[in-house]
Amino acid sequence: MTDLLAIGTRKGLWLARSDDDRRTWTLGEPHLLAQEVAAVSIDTRRPQPRVLAGIQYGHWGPTVMRSDDLGGSWQETETGAIRFPEDTGAALARVWQLRPDTADRPDVVWAGCEPHSLWRSTDGGCSFELVRGLWDHPHRPTWEPGGGGGAVHTVLPDPASDRVTIAMSTGGVYVSDDRGEKWAPRNRGIGAAFLPEPPPEYGQCVHKVAVDAAGPDRMYAQNHFGVYRTDDGGLSWTSIAQGLPADFGFPVVASPRTPGTAWVVPLVADMQRVPPEGRLRVQRTRDGGATWTELGEGLPDAAWTAVVRDALCADEGDPTGIYVGTRDGCVYASADEGDTFTLVADHLPDVLAVRAVSVP
Amino acid sequence: MTVQVVLPGVLAALAGGEKHLELQPAGGTLADLLDVLAAEHPLLGGRIRDETGQVRRFVNVYVDGDDVRFSGGLGTAVRDGAEVQVLPSVAGG
Repeated sequence: MTDLLAIGTRKGLWLARSDDDRRTWTLGEPHLLAQEVAAVSIDTRRPQPRVLAGIQYGHWGPTVMRSDDLGGSWQETETGAIRFPEDTGAALARVWQLRPDTADRPDVVWAGCEPHSLWRSTDGGCSFELVRGLWDHPHRPTWEPGGGGGAVHTVLPDPASDRVTIAMSTGGVYVSDDRGEKWAPRNRGIGAAFLPEPPPEYGQCVHKVAVDAAGPDRMYAQNHFGVYRTDDGGLSWTSIAQGLPADFGFPVVASPRTPGTAWVVPLVADMQRVPPEGRLRVQRTRDGGATWTELGEGLPDAAWTAVVRDALCADEGDPTGIYVGTRDGCVYASADEGDTFTLVADHLPDVLAVRAVSVP
Repeated sequence: MTVQVVLPGVLAALAGGEKHLELQPAGGTLADLLDVLAAEHPLLGGRIRDETGQVRRFVNVYVDGDDVRFSGGLGTAVRDGAEVQVLPSVAGG
């Protein structure tokens, strides 16, 4: 068994591999060099793992690249894997998320993009179709772009039903129970510090959402101020920020195997956006956010950097591996659920996304 | 009508390795020329224009030495024998 770690950066993609159960990692050569890789996934549902990368050529626009030989060669769809239909008058600005669906839906891949849009592929990511139910939603014209642009950045298909949960900056959390036909906002209880009180039905700047291992109704949200949990599929959210050194941050990751376990990386808000006291630390909860434990063994002090929304991930190993990428080009890996970290890479460009899988 | 298109090296791979292309557009505007370029080389066409047909922000196109942003844009007249050059703008970091 080999563990693979995909590292998307502002100037290319790197793959690291471990053949000793994630104790040590070997970083490979750069792929897609000089191209921004804001979204990456490794689809292990195929006979050969498929790497999908949402890239942005500096001058030449965004697209999706794919590799079925772990970066040995790359392909792209001639007319563009993601291409807005002519009647929309829109143009793809950035691919923010590439999310393979479950093993039961082996060729389905979801993409979240800028401008605010959701896309679905039924051919493994070669071509995507715009999810019209969201594009035509009456709220869409009022979804404002966050600092990084207005995008669907989180896509969470439920493996057991037709539910799909998405999150947007801004816009907040929306849920569809019919695979994208109809959508409803699910932000009650989530604050919006950048808007007058009371918090609106939608329009929040939810930075990331993760589904708890207990099931799809329990989710965690890292908000633009605030960390929340829902136990009812987003109908209501409750703050779980007490005990954290700061309630701002970008990523939140839930354990794929242990209910109640999740990780965040707090940053001092709002203008600084660096780790508290310059100490890069991961916070872990084992009880659904009731309490938090600071994890720092192997993580640096004097680290005036940040971890963006997709630069924290978990693998499906046992124990769960946790991976952290920073804007100053470092990547840290933990094979023990965050208790200890080791440096996988440094001096890379800004890390935008990390994803880890095991392959035979 | 024949028009010569000059590509930067970084885009030549999308045109079979050629930096100079000779194209026969159906009409006399830059849009007509880019349409035929995209039909013959779809990946190249997508690098130059987005799906709305607009020239990408950091791509500069010159018709006989003139930047089309300051002339007629996609409606710029392209004469028989013209040279159309595609260049990346000063951008990046």
